[in-house]
Amino acid sequence: MSAPDIAWMLVATALVLLMTPALALFYGGLVRSKNALNTMMMSVAALGFVGVAWAAVGYSLAFSEGTPLLGGLSRGFLSGVGLEAQGTIPHLLFMAYQGTFAIITAALVSGAIVERMRFAVYLAFITLWSIVVYAPVAHWVWGGGFLAKMGTLDFAGGTVVHVNAGAAALVAALVLGGRKDHARQAILPHSVPFTLLGAGLLWFGWFGFNAGSALAANETAALAFVNTMLAPAGTLVVWTLLDLVRTGKATAVGAATGIVVGLVAITPAAGFVGPMAALALGMVATFPSYYALLYRARTRLDDSLDVVAAHGLGGTVGALLTGVLASKAWNGTADGLLHGNPAQLAVQALGVLAAAAYSAGASFLLLKAIALVVPLKVDRREEGLGLDVNQHGEEAYARDEGAILILEPVGDQGPTPVPAFAPAAEGGRG
Amino acid sequence: MKLVVAVVRPDKLNDVLEALFRCDVQGLTISRVQGHGGETERVETYRGTTVKMELQEKVRLDIGVSDHFVEPTVKAVLAAARTGEVGDGKIFVLPVEKIYRIRTGEEDRAAVTPVQVVAAGRA
Repeated sequence: MSAPDIAWMLVATALVLLMTPALALFYGGLVRSKNALNTMMMSVAALGFVGVAWAAVGYSLAFSEGTPLLGGLSRGFLSGVGLEAQGTIPHLLFMAYQGTFAIITAALVSGAIVERMRFAVYLAFITLWSIVVYAPVAHWVWGGGFLAKMGTLDFAGGTVVHVNAGAAALVAALVLGGRKDHARQAILPHSVPFTLLGAGLLWFGWFGFNAGSALAANETAALAFVNTMLAPAGTLVVWTLLDLVRTGKATAVGAATGIVVGLVAITPAAGFVGPMAALALGMVATFPSYYALLYRARTRLDDSLDVVAAHGLGGTVGALLTGVLASKAWNGTADGLLHGNPAQLAVQALGVLAAAAYSAGASFLLLKAIALVVPLKVDRREEGLGLDVNQHGEEAYARDEGAILILEPVGDQGPTPVPAFAPAAEGGRG
Repeated sequence: MKLVVAVVRPDKLNDVLEALFRCDVQGLTISRVQGHGGETERVETYRGTTVKMELQEKVRLDIGVSDHFVEPTVKAVLAAARTGEVGDGKIFVLPVEKIYRIRTGEEDRAAVTPVQVVAAGRA
């Protein structure tokens, strides 16, 4: 084992974990104030529910010995996962690092279904999703499954995390259906500063996501780190220029989105391409996502926070461009199309297709199965009131005028006081 | 001349505005208000603190209209703001003594009659 590697991976794990609350800010700013807490809780809850599922069975299904399609249950409840070496770091640390990926991936899906899903049902969905969808796909690529054996290049999870989340998001948005106000009235972000802050923190955490995927404090980590700086910078520039050319105004929500799209796109390529290739990749990846966002807004598809355009499409473009730009001179493993290995592009495409198809199919069945037992959505009245009040019993921006303290009888204390003004029988208001 | 004051649910405001514009009521003022009208109480909990929220978020519309516009205005709000649940709001129709349009100094009915855009513009 290597002390520098352990030190870096401890930090990297914490960085990736921070991405989930960062996502809560990013998504939370984009919704209406009456749904701000609900949207943020969709990410925050994943820290707990997916984290526990990961320790219980998710890690084992993804990373223990099994078939090419799925790991086994031998590492269930972390049995045999101790301080022995896994590469150059303790096995337990490797498990925790991978767990943070499962958490953020499940949280990403929530962007497609904000402002309408019953919270308890959402909890069941992402917990099961992390086990039946995320774990198998992670096994295919990173756990010695069939995509790994075919030579699919996915450095930090373009396919496992982003294509996977994007496909599930598309299906979830279709199965749930849109919000009652979707395409009927303007639904505006309630706090763009939250979204910018979230994008900044995501970028910060993403250094752990990409550079940490080297699983060591080595040259590859440095390459992935620099690429994680350059690619989103390229995307941000092109996104801003497209905004300027199209409308004459550089938007803040656009900048935040551009940063995330660049980060998504460089994820599969981070340790496989050179820095100038990463910059080019970030710039090129802007176009499909930018125009997909504009197009989606004119359709009936209520993928509310554009998970499909940003993550599904960004991840797909990144995975394919990895097959184009990968360079043995930088990664020592494989070349892409530009360096005389066109077959790599085909392998990449197959990886994307396999992950998208399985994720879409399995997410569909999972949601339909849950819908047989309980309704997925809140009713229209609750949607109108906002999910913060009726799903959480809290408000993001509560005001204390008119709030009457209820004193629960504890020990000798008296009964609940009478409200300051109980509704009068006649002529109550004013 | 009357002042129509309507207090409606915030999430019904868009429907109400749409209905008003459709029957040519264009001049209005809105404000975000809090009120109490006997709807079922809302209980919220913050750590150990449980509170009953007695005041609900509402939107208040102030619409100055000439007499023959009162009925269409009221009808539009009634239809658009109704959900059938307690808490849909109220409409008050108040007499108005005098109205002035600040820009022109026009009074009363002329002051609440929408300007013909073409005439007022460049003609």
